[in-house]
Amino acid sequence: MSLMPYAFGGLAAVVLLGSFFAASSQNLVRSVLWLGAALIGTAGLFALLNAPFLAGIQLILYTGGIITLMLFGVMLTDREHAVTRQNPSLNPLAALMVAGTFFALLATAIMNTELPVHMKDLNGGTQAVGFNLLQEHLLAFEALSFLLLAAMVGAIVLARRRDAE
Amino acid sequence: MIPTLQSYLLLGSGIFCLGLFAALSRRNAVGLLVGIELMANGVNLNLVAFSRFTGLVDYQVFALFSIALTVAEVVVGLAIVILIFRHHRSIDTDLVSEFEG
Repeated sequence: MSLMPYAFGGLAAVVLLGSFFAASSQNLVRSVLWLGAALIGTAGLFALLNAPFLAGIQLILYTGGIITLMLFGVMLTDREHAVTRQNPSLNPLAALMVAGTFFALLATAIMNTELPVHMKDLNGGTQAVGFNLLQEHLLAFEALSFLLLAAMVGAIVLARRRDAE
Repeated sequence: MIPTLQSYLLLGSGIFCLGLFAALSRRNAVGLLVGIELMANGVNLNLVAFSRFTGLVDYQVFALFSIALTVAEVVVGLAIVILIFRHHRSIDTDLVSEFEG
């Protein structure tokens, strides 16, 4: 228990640095890899928050699947530009102002809201997640599986070569 | 000192706003998707933190749905990016203004 603040501090630093460089790096491949660092750090935070199932899902889906897919996307679409040449931003100052204002808004809202102070243990942990998913949220679960099928078919139809017909 | 819910929420908002910055300022469509990923990640962190501090399992299930939705979105997004690249030989979001409603 005494190590928890250090673990939180370290993981928070990893996540924030990863997000910062993912948002600001001029090299797209590096940006995607920094995103991977941020996502792995978030998986660690999930584990710290007693959600081992979500930590595993996060690692498998995001860092295993999404990062690979995005690297493919970068390398397929940008010939050498993204890797060798710089990617100038659109209007960084305006974007910074919008993001900064929104963060200030959120921070004041968080600091002025009365939030639960003590942690409460889940009854059952991962088992409870499974029961909840397949009992109370069964309809949403089925809808989600249908959505994943639709996304898969849609992606194949969109990315298919038309001239092959 | 054990990290409070506030610190988790602030961290989540920080990630969300960095993602917002990336999504607003990137000229490359894949960079835009990276920003959207970061935003979704901040939201998921908030959800799991709420689950830990309220003892309710529904937040974790919701985070699970959110993760799956983001994955589906990235898959379709990348397919669209590849399609645009095939048409324009570029994925500069400035050039692709014909999608305006």
